[in-house]
Amino acid sequence: MNAPTPGALTSSLLYLDGVSVSFDGFKAIRGLSLTIEPGEMRAIIGPNGAGKTTMMDIITGKTRPDEGTVMFGGSVDLTRLDEAAIANLGIGRKFQKPTVFDFHTIEDNILLALKSKRTVLKTLFWQTEGPQQKRIDEILAIIKLADKREKLAGSLSHGQKQWLEIGMLLAQDPKLLLVDEPAAGMTDGETAQTAVLLKEIARDHSVIVVEHDMGFIRELGVKVTVLHEGSVLAEGPLDQVSANERVVEVYLGR
Amino acid sequence: MITRFLLSNMDKRGYAFLAIVAAIGLLVPLANLLIPAGSPFHVSTATMSLWGKYLCYALLAISLDLVWGYCGILSLGHGAFFALGGYAMGMYLMRQIGSRGVYGNPVLPDFMVFLNWGELPWYWWGFSSFPFAMLMVLLVPGLLAFVFGWFAFRSRVTGVYLSIITQALTYALLLAFFRNDMGFGGNNGLTDFKDILGFNVQAQGTRAALFAMTCTMLIASFLIARGIVTSKLGKVVIAIRDAESRTRFLGYRVDRFKLFVFTVSACMAGVAGALYVPQVGIINPSEFAPANSIETVIWVAVGGRGSLVGAALGAVVVNWAKTMFTSGFMAPYWLFALGALFVFVTLFMPKGILGTAQGWWEGRKRPAPVPAAEPAPAE
Repeated sequence: MNAPTPGALTSSLLYLDGVSVSFDGFKAIRGLSLTIEPGEMRAIIGPNGAGKTTMMDIITGKTRPDEGTVMFGGSVDLTRLDEAAIANLGIGRKFQKPTVFDFHTIEDNILLALKSKRTVLKTLFWQTEGPQQKRIDEILAIIKLADKREKLAGSLSHGQKQWLEIGMLLAQDPKLLLVDEPAAGMTDGETAQTAVLLKEIARDHSVIVVEHDMGFIRELGVKVTVLHEGSVLAEGPLDQVSANERVVEVYLGR
Repeated sequence: MITRFLLSNMDKRGYAFLAIVAAIGLLVPLANLLIPAGSPFHVSTATMSLWGKYLCYALLAISLDLVWGYCGILSLGHGAFFALGGYAMGMYLMRQIGSRGVYGNPVLPDFMVFLNWGELPWYWWGFSSFPFAMLMVLLVPGLLAFVFGWFAFRSRVTGVYLSIITQALTYALLLAFFRNDMGFGGNNGLTDFKDILGFNVQAQGTRAALFAMTCTMLIASFLIARGIVTSKLGKVVIAIRDAESRTRFLGYRVDRFKLFVFTVSACMAGVAGALYVPQVGIINPSEFAPANSIETVIWVAVGGRGSLVGAALGAVVVNWAKTMFTSGFMAPYWLFALGALFVFVTLFMPKGILGTAQGWWEGRKRPAPVPAAEPAPAE
């Protein structure tokens, strides 16, 4: 149905084929196939329980699929790696609920995410060098939290936490970003700003955005994949997808 | 690099702590040795040994705070590492007795002669050498923590399950060390020590030196622990405590970081045990009792979890209170008092003595300008 075209494996950044996983007999993902090209930004929508978060869990190594192929960069089998290894390969993830380190300052949150060797000894004797400090300052400016750098992350508002988390993703400098509901719980103004931020990031990163907010997706203006009951229901530009009868029936309603 | 690692990020409270411990380490032995017994400034040898014991507990509390307060690993078996360090020191002290034992055997400790053992078991070899014994003080607890942590952290055992396993660990060791055929003196443990490095353990000068050494090791361990928690590794460790899976998704191998602090902490606990044994003169299996490990958790909670100075303070305060309490008619009720203290601290002082005092102090400083801003009443 949605089988990737031959040759997609080698040219794609992320390649999922025939992926299935079940929890206690419930098939959360069934035969999911999806490819993301390098530099692409993709929006993923679908009703609750469609398997959006489970898909992210599989890509980031939190959940192992029962069957199917998950390849990164055409050659790395993600199903064999754990979370830390996958993160170090260059896949960053932003969670649905903003998870920042509340008892660290905003600057330290970015520092922890900053791309660097993650070994015990390297972190024990770590000294922040000039270029790294510069990068931290840049990111703080992008996410508009530079003046709050010494504040504890726990003191931030919900929207600011979301941005801090996006900033942490930027600091990780991943090849692929998985962003789960970045606009959830935000005001309209914050939502618009988040869309601008994501578009900026998408200029030099591949991004997968899971979102419910159709207005937000329209603002992003990218290719949309609709998930339903663990597999792809439709794929294409938003206008085309929202005209699809099946999509209207299961998701958009009315 | 080492001094920068140890001293960068030291705050006022840290310097105050170092200054106080250094002063105690210098003045108490001097007051014991140089000031005549009649003077009010004289510190008796018994008092000095008692406080030496408290300071060993402070060191143990710092080691527990490193894993619990900073990394969120609630170890209910830290007493095991303390006791293992103590046993390593005890084995050295036993070998120093030589032929002065009751049975006069130049090689075998008394309890082995009593059990009709023909020769020294292999695991006692080398303990007549002080450097070897000191190496074992670090290595035995460190290795046990490493192996235990390797399996526990890799299998992602966390929270209360990990606490229960650590509790089981110390209980298992308690039962094992009770057995005579383990070769560690069984129920009686190791005692009747004579010499340490050729000096009589009971002598006043030796006691004073041991006290000074305890302060020195407390300072050294504090500096190392402080260096660890203020480094980037310390930030990772706190991140693990607060959001473990998030840290994993940032690409940190959480199990390795936990293993590192757990092992370092176990080595520190071993050092505390090794300093404790010559000052109290005995080590026996009761040191492995689960209640001891739980008490250590209470010291840290009372002093202030997540603050190294607080942990040390908690250990000294609670043990001092214990000595006061148990030497009077209230003695039978000490455990009730300890339990009540724990409940009180958990409910009303969740940040412990130090955290509460700091909050009170900051609260006092901040609203101070407010009344000043009000117009002063005309007089």
